[in-house]
Amino acid sequence: MSATHFDMMVLVLGVCGILLVASFVGHVLERRLSPDGSNPAIENLNARINAWWVMAILIAIAFVAGRIGVLLLFGFCSFAALREFVTLTNTRRADHWALATAFFVVLPLQYALLWIENYEIFSVFIPVYAFLLMPIISAVRGDTQHFLVRIAEVQWALMICVFCASHVPALLTLHIPGYEGRNVLLIAFLVIVVQSSDVLQYIWGKMIGRTKIAPRLSPSKTVEGFVGGIACASLVGAGLWWITPFSPLQAGAMAFLITLMGFFGGLVMSAIKRDRGVKDWGHLIDGHGGLIDRLDSVVFSAPIFFHLTRYFWSPG
Amino acid sequence: MKSLIAKPVAVVVLLFARAITAVRPFWHEGRLPRRRSIFFANHSSHGDFILIWAVLQPRLRRRVRPVAGADYWLKSKLRSFIGRDVFNAVLIDRNRDARTMDPVESMGEAMREGSSLILFPEGTRNQSDASLQPFKSGLFHLAALHPDFELVPVWIANLNRVMPKGEFVPIPLICTVTFGEPMHLADGEDKDMFLERAREALLALAPKKAAE
Repeated sequence: MSATHFDMMVLVLGVCGILLVASFVGHVLERRLSPDGSNPAIENLNARINAWWVMAILIAIAFVAGRIGVLLLFGFCSFAALREFVTLTNTRRADHWALATAFFVVLPLQYALLWIENYEIFSVFIPVYAFLLMPIISAVRGDTQHFLVRIAEVQWALMICVFCASHVPALLTLHIPGYEGRNVLLIAFLVIVVQSSDVLQYIWGKMIGRTKIAPRLSPSKTVEGFVGGIACASLVGAGLWWITPFSPLQAGAMAFLITLMGFFGGLVMSAIKRDRGVKDWGHLIDGHGGLIDRLDSVVFSAPIFFHLTRYFWSPG
Repeated sequence: MKSLIAKPVAVVVLLFARAITAVRPFWHEGRLPRRRSIFFANHSSHGDFILIWAVLQPRLRRRVRPVAGADYWLKSKLRSFIGRDVFNAVLIDRNRDARTMDPVESMGEAMREGSSLILFPEGTRNQSDASLQPFKSGLFHLAALHPDFELVPVWIANLNRVMPKGEFVPIPLICTVTFGEPMHLADGEDKDMFLERAREALLALAPKKAAE
C-alpha cells in the first residue's frame, strides 16, 4: 500500500467515524426530543447528516474511479447548480440559444479542458470567450429589454456554477514537486475544511450565538458562530496538514482563507436569494435545500485555494 | 412489437424529463391524489402531461391518461406512436364541424374503464401573456356526468421557459407541479359559474412572479 492509499484510508475511516458519531447523536436526540418527528431543528439536523453520508459516499466513489470520476461528479454538480441558478434569473425567450450554449457547449468544454489538462485555455475560456460570445448570441435575437441585466445574469451564473466550481477538480491538474499522485487529497482537504467550517459555525452559533452578523442577509449567522467556527475549522485544516503539501502552519493559514471565502461566499449567495425572494436555491438534497445551498462556500473558496496553491507550490 | 418498445420509451422520456427539470410535486396538504381523479392543468408546452405523469406514483400513473388533440398527435407516425402507444392518450377531435365522436363521450368512456384523466381545459397551448386562457366547457360536462371523480387543479410552473414554442433544444430549469384542493360540481352551479370557479382555483396555485 502506498503512502497515498494509506492516508486516504485514514481519511475515509476518520470521516466515517465522525459521521457515525453524528448519526448516533442525531438518533439519540430524535428519540429523546422528537419521537414523533415534531421538532423541526432535530429533523433538519438528521436530514443534514444523511445528506453528508450521501455526499461523502459520492466523493469516495469518485475518488476510487479516479480523474474521470471526479470530473463527472463535479460536472454534474455544475449542471445541477447552473439549472438552479438560471431558474431564478430574468432570462427571456431571446436568451434561449445563449442558455442552450451555456449548458450544452460551455459547461462540457470547461470540463473537457480539465481532462486534457489545458490550463491556459481552461483559465480564460469562460471569463474571456464565453463572456464575449454569450451576449453576441443574445443580441442577434434582437430583444433589447433588460438586455444588460440578462447577459450579466447568464455570465454570473456561468462564472459561479461552472468556472468557480470547476476549480475543485482542477486541483488534480497541479504538478507539485514531492506531492505527485496525491492531488486528490487536496480536494478532500478543501471539502472537509469547508464543510466542517459550515457545521462548526452552526454549532457555535446554536450554543453561544447572540450577536447577529448580517441580520438582513442571513438572520441565523452570528458573530460568535463566525469566530468560533472559523477558528475551529482553521485548526481542523492545520490538523490535516499531513494530507497536503503544506506545513501545519501553512495548512492552517490556507484553511483560514478557505473558511473566510466560504463564509462571505455564503453571504453573497444569500443576498441573491433574498433579492429573488426564495429561501433555498432548489430542492435537490433533502434537508439542505438546493445544491447551491451546500456548494456556495466551496465555489467561493475553490478558485482562491487553487490559485494560491498553484502560485506558491507549483513551479512553472 | 409496438407495446414492447413503448414501455422502455416511456421510461427514457421520464428520465429525460427529470434530468432537464428536476421536477418536484407539491401535494395539497401532503395528500396524494385519489384513484379516480381528473387532473386539470395549465397548458403551455407539449411536455405538460409528462411532468404530471412523472410526479404521480407508478401505481397511479398506469391508470392516468392524458387527453390530447387528435389533429396534433395523429399527424405523423412518430407522434401517434408516442401519443397513443407510449402515453396511452385519449385523443379527441377538436374540429367541431368535422368530428364524428363527441370529446366528452371519448373521455367518459375512458373514465368508465377506470382511468383517471389529465385534461387541459384551455383547449390549446397558452402562448398569450395571460397566465390562463378561458376554459372550454368539457370540464363542466365531465363534472356533471361523473360526480364520483375528484377534480384536481394542477399548476405546472416554468415548463414554458424550458422549451418555448418553436425551439427544439430544452433549457434545463427546475419545474414544479402544484396540486390544489380537489373540487366537485356544487348543487345548482351552472356552467359559467363552475368554469370560473375551477379557473380561479387553478390560478390560485400559480407562483407569484419573481421580482423584476
